[in-house]
Amino acid sequence: MKEELFVSGRNIPNIDPYLNIWHWQIPSYLFLGGLAAGILFFAGIFTIMGKENKMATTVKIAPMFTPFALMLGLFLLFLDLKHKMWFWQLYTTIRLESPMGWGAWVLMIMTPISIIWSASYLTEIFPNWDWKFKFLKTFEAWIIKNRILIAWPMTIYAVILGIYTGILLSAFNARPLWNTSILGPLFLVSGMSTGAAVILLLSKDHKERKIMSRIDILLIIIELFFITHLFMGFKAGSEAQINAVNLFLGGSFTAPFFTFVVILGLLLPALLEVLELRGFKVPVVIPAILILAGGLIFRFLIVEAGQITRYLY
Amino acid sequence: MRYAMALDTRKCVGCSDCVVACQTENNVPLGFCRDWVKEVVDGTYPNVSIELRSERCNHCANSPCVRCCPTGASHFEEGGIVLVEHNKCIGCGACIESCPYEARYSHPDGYVDKCTFCIHRVREGLDPACASVCPTKCIYFGDIDDPNSRIVNILKNRKFKSLAPEAGTKPQIFYLL
Amino acid sequence: MHTRRKFIKIGALGLGATALTGGVANWVVGRSTKTDLKPSTGLRVVPTYCEVCFWKCAGWAYVTPEGKIQKIIGNVDDPQCNGRLCPRGTGGVGMFSDPDRLKKPLIRVTKDGEQTYREASWEEALDFVALKMKEIATKHGPESMALFNHGSSGKYFTHLLNAFGSNNVAAPSFAQCRGPRDTGFELTFGESVSSPEVTDIRDTQCLVLIGSHLGENMHNGQVQEMSEAIDNGAVIITVDPRLSTAASKSKYWLPIKPSTDIALLLAWIHVLIYDDLYNREYVSKYAEGLNELREHVETFTPEWAYGITTIKPELIRRTAREMANAAPSVIIHPGRHTTWYGDDVQRSRAIAILNGLLGAWGSRGGIFFKEGIKIPEFPRPDYPKPAWSWQDTLTGRYPFAKEAVTNTIIEASIPGPGKEHLIKGWIVSGTNLVVAIPLKKLLMDAMQSLDLLVVVDTMPMEITGYADVVLPECTYLERHDDLRATSHREPTIALRMPAVEPQYETKPAWWISKQIGERLGLGSFYNYKDFKEVLDWQLKQVGSSLTEMERIGLKKYPRKTPVYIEPGTEYQFKTESGKIQLDSKELKSAGFDSMPVYTPHPQPEDGYYRLIYGRAPMHTFSRTANNRNLVALMPENSVWVNPQVAEIWGLRKDQHVWLKNQDGVVSNFSVKVRITERIRWDSIYIVHGFGHHHKPLTYAFGRGVNDTELITRVATDPIMGGTGMRGNFVTFIKTEPKKGVKL
Ligand SMILES: Nc1nc2c(c(=O)[nH]1)N[C@H]1C(S)=C(S)[C@@H](COP(=O)(O)OP(=O)(O)OC[C@H]3O[C@@H](n4cnc5c(=O)[nH]c(N)nc54)[C@H](O)[C@@H]3O)O[C@H]1N2
Ligand SMILES: Nc1nc2c(c(=O)[nH]1)N[C@H]1C(S)=C(S)[C@@H](COP(=O)(O)OP(=O)(O)OC[C@H]3O[C@@H](n4cnc5c(=O)[nH]c(N)nc54)[C@H](O)[C@@H]3O)O[C@H]1N2
Ligand code: SF4
Ligand code: SF4
Ligand code: SF4
Ligand code: SF4
Ligand code: SF4
Ligand SMILES: [Mo]
Repeated sequence: MKEELFVSGRNIPNIDPYLNIWHWQIPSYLFLGGLAAGILFFAGIFTIMGKENKMATTVKIAPMFTPFALMLGLFLLFLDLKHKMWFWQLYTTIRLESPMGWGAWVLMIMTPISIIWSASYLTEIFPNWDWKFKFLKTFEAWIIKNRILIAWPMTIYAVILGIYTGILLSAFNARPLWNTSILGPLFLVSGMSTGAAVILLLSKDHKERKIMSRIDILLIIIELFFITHLFMGFKAGSEAQINAVNLFLGGSFTAPFFTFVVILGLLLPALLEVLELRGFKVPVVIPAILILAGGLIFRFLIVEAGQITRYLY
Repeated sequence: MRYAMALDTRKCVGCSDCVVACQTENNVPLGFCRDWVKEVVDGTYPNVSIELRSERCNHCANSPCVRCCPTGASHFEEGGIVLVEHNKCIGCGACIESCPYEARYSHPDGYVDKCTFCIHRVREGLDPACASVCPTKCIYFGDIDDPNSRIVNILKNRKFKSLAPEAGTKPQIFYLL
Repeated sequence: MHTRRKFIKIGALGLGATALTGGVANWVVGRSTKTDLKPSTGLRVVPTYCEVCFWKCAGWAYVTPEGKIQKIIGNVDDPQCNGRLCPRGTGGVGMFSDPDRLKKPLIRVTKDGEQTYREASWEEALDFVALKMKEIATKHGPESMALFNHGSSGKYFTHLLNAFGSNNVAAPSFAQCRGPRDTGFELTFGESVSSPEVTDIRDTQCLVLIGSHLGENMHNGQVQEMSEAIDNGAVIITVDPRLSTAASKSKYWLPIKPSTDIALLLAWIHVLIYDDLYNREYVSKYAEGLNELREHVETFTPEWAYGITTIKPELIRRTAREMANAAPSVIIHPGRHTTWYGDDVQRSRAIAILNGLLGAWGSRGGIFFKEGIKIPEFPRPDYPKPAWSWQDTLTGRYPFAKEAVTNTIIEASIPGPGKEHLIKGWIVSGTNLVVAIPLKKLLMDAMQSLDLLVVVDTMPMEITGYADVVLPECTYLERHDDLRATSHREPTIALRMPAVEPQYETKPAWWISKQIGERLGLGSFYNYKDFKEVLDWQLKQVGSSLTEMERIGLKKYPRKTPVYIEPGTEYQFKTESGKIQLDSKELKSAGFDSMPVYTPHPQPEDGYYRLIYGRAPMHTFSRTANNRNLVALMPENSVWVNPQVAEIWGLRKDQHVWLKNQDGVVSNFSVKVRITERIRWDSIYIVHGFGHHHKPLTYAFGRGVNDTELITRVATDPIMGGTGMRGNFVTFIKTEPKKGVKL
């Protein structure tokens, strides 16, 4: 029998018996970031493709929520800091190697873009809106004329932001479960899927919804592919990684993961969307909400489980 | 200059003096610790072996905790000592997540804390508190870039290992076997 | 039965629980000082010697300008610690900063039919004690006062009782601890191995540990030297039913069936003699009785011992040869806590004989000769001669008890027909008798019968709950004490002085003793205002002064006598004949076996396991169980169970169980299971000193189990009165038992 124990009685809060430094704030932050990235990506890409009027909700309405999502996300990050008074130092340092710093900066850029973007559609969506000041009106006019110029960086940054939500975790090699480069694309796709779900919820236009549904089904398929790939990669990995993935394949995370993420969060909404496309009457809120809930739970589980996994020595 | 530590598992008795000494030397709040002692028992009665290891931050040469710190609070000091500057640390926890050794903890006052190799003592030419208290003298501290140092001498003459080298952090704590 | 002295939980007063006054507590929690990268500056450094155990390492207390003790470190000049305290010494700060400390004198009162304590002034408490002592002296004679003590404070109360007219002074460190060993060695070599033991582990080539668990038993100097021996490649042989830490460092671990050590020792003796491995020259020169011994051990072959001990004959032979190869640089360690099975003097004798056969005594790497510096006693009148003394309480038993036997003093405190020498009052200082002495019923009956029970302690330990008066002593970090004058490799003296002023209303024992003494009209025995005068006077007699010692803390003196037997010289052992007694004439004439014999001891029944116990390096008995700094390392004990046993019982790791002994006694609290290959399947192991049931110990309360309460069967050594405690067997209870009425 092999036995391992701390003879010095180590029992540090939030570290022992397993790491639990990041609580609900971080997965929520990642969720909001991914969701905003998804929406802004679609808004940007359809603008570049010149489909802003065909995809009005995607381009004009859904982005209005993103500044709030991003600011709320940043606020949650702030909430999770243990030494809050020193928060500002995030923005007096640029450390490209630090995913945390990177995220803070990406958000710092993304949030104003999302605000400007949304603002530029305010008068179009709310005809009574009045900017009050002349210079704002001039600015608005300039933006409206050059939207495509903003759409490009916005789309690119959206991809970066989406990937970042996964990279933040995969940068931590010390957590075997996170130690995989698939996490970036996986979180990007998952974020896009949640973005699409929000658009589906908001859109009244049947055609737009059909397009987004198709995209969403595709995203879900890619996501499932990534997840399978992730697990297979771990299974072929080191002992620490095998132990890590076993949390999801037979371990304590198996039931919540397969029930809430795979079945209720991916397979069922995909099925419902397929059915809808085939002409069955399915209230669109159901798959959309399932996807959103699944995406949120997915992030909670990955953050939680990742902290449990560790190197064995 | 490259500070490192070698611990003799053959002599360590697991008394945890190194842990208390660190506590009183560095004002580590009770319930927390910068070093800890692990016992690994292997075999089947009556063929049983024990390994006793006093562990702490490995002051990794390739340290993810320094890399991932968004503010630069975690940084290298002379001799590769990895330190946290309390007033720069925002308590984001990234470094804690990044450490494969669970060597860091969140201090009740918010900043992240860990072993400093007792840099305040080392600068005065003293051994770290844990090394200077150890009743079995099983902790050797020194400069592994100095070929004449005691630690180099010992590492040359003894078999040793480091912990989780596969994590790729280049740990600078060595366990003599 | 008397219920005069009901056990009182001081906590009922809310004393223990009250807020941690002042900065002490804050300091303990260690509020951040964002300065840890800077050296701690402005600290005052004060000499002391440690009191967390009885090794008494000299050290320095570092005191902050705010008067908090930041840390304690060893004195590098001290050969007892070489600048390195053990974890308990380093964590000694926790004794000082413990918020549960006794803070004021307490007097037992009855209020509304309920017994409780009330706080009292020192004046009142001391007057009370003196009055009661006078009453006892008038009614029964001063001899009817007894003292139980352990540690530094005992000295002052010994002085008090001696001046008062009693020498009934006992300590559990004899009949519950090293008594059998000392007696066994005295009978063999004419002297004991002292404390700190005169074992030359540093230079040994072969160290044999028989149950002595160095490394867990954290007697500092020995642990340090064992480490040096490991570095030097010494062969270590450990005999222990448990893979002790030392066993894990040993070349040979002999996992003996507990209680059978004498058989192994006899087989070793057999091999040494019959394979001609013993040190012929040494034995012929210094020992007598070899022929008798040879005859005696003839049949005690390794094969014979195998059947008893479960140790393979081949291994017995090989280890004997290892010892012989190393001889005389070999130590069969005498151990320290040796009250195991009631034939412990005989086991110690066997150990002593082995050392003798190998020529270890007086040899480098064996057992060396100590030398110390004698500190003259401060001038005082002669003590009165008591009409009777503790020897009389032996009533013909235990003829070789050289120190008072706690058990017989306790017995003498219970009135009974024909008892002439009755004890009516106790002072208890620095010993938690309730946890230290396994004779619970006897102890309870005795405490109920007393006219006076004074407890001097620093903590609200169990024993304080039985006192009429509780006198709070300040900790060792807050007081002057006697000079530590150790006899060891080099003569040394060390000073203990207050690092800080006594906290709360606590006082040093010398002061308490003096105050009581003066109230008893014994002022002439206390011819000084402050203990500093005594120290200064004594120091001047040995060529130093208080001022010097305050600066250096420790002073070494050159040795005048040889450390080992010098080649070509004659050496007279301190026995009557001047020779090592392989065959003890003294034992024979007292009607005991003159050479050790193996006696089978009871073995556990089915489903029961032998209860063995020992030390953890980070705790000293029960005295540190509430020390925050040390509790952080080990908050409770666990019960060690072999995986096979765990499987039979379906025990899981960390599961809580209760233990029940052969007499149906169930542990007060539950204990966590540790499933480990480190122990035999016929025994379970727990670290002594946990399972405190006294609520005012807010940290220690209810953590782990107390081995003492499960030790209801005691095998008393007929030779010196030691209480053998390892003949108890326990079984597991997996669901919480119904609570009976507890103390
Ligand atoms: N079951 C069992 N019983 C045993 C043992 C065992 O292993 N198992 N071991 C035996 C052995 S080897 C020994 S030596 C004895 C030891 O037994 P004890 O002498 O009872 O030892 P401690 O537990 O150290 O108790 C010391 C008491 O002294 C108090 N104290 C501490 N510092 C001071 C001080 O400065 N001044 C005063 N006045 N009091 C102080 C503590 O609070 C505590 O109440 O126990 C023996 N009894
Ligand atoms: N950390 C720490 N150190 C201490 C103390 C302390 O409280 N804490 N107390 C000090 C004091 S006063 C004393 S007396 C000493 C005591 O220290 P030791 O003399 O070393 O103590 P023992 O209780 O004799 O030894 C306990 C060991 O005996 C083993 N054992 C049990 N039964 C048997 C048996 O039948 N045969 C054999 N061969 N071994 C057996 C146990 O498994 C355990 O490893 O420690 C001293 N050092
Ligand atoms: S102080 Fe030394 S012997 Fe004790 S646990 Fe630490 S390293 Fe081991
Ligand atoms: S052990 Fe952990 S905290 Fe220390 S340097 Fe390495 S990664 Fe950083
Ligand atoms: S918690 Fe502090 S030290 Fe660690 S990464 Fe964040 S800012 Fe840097
Ligand atoms: S080097 Fe100093 S800070 Fe690090 S564990 Fe040792 S005592 Fe603590
Ligand atoms: S051995 Fe440890 S507890 Fe005992 S006196 Fe020395 S430092 Fe203090
Ligand atoms: Mo003892």
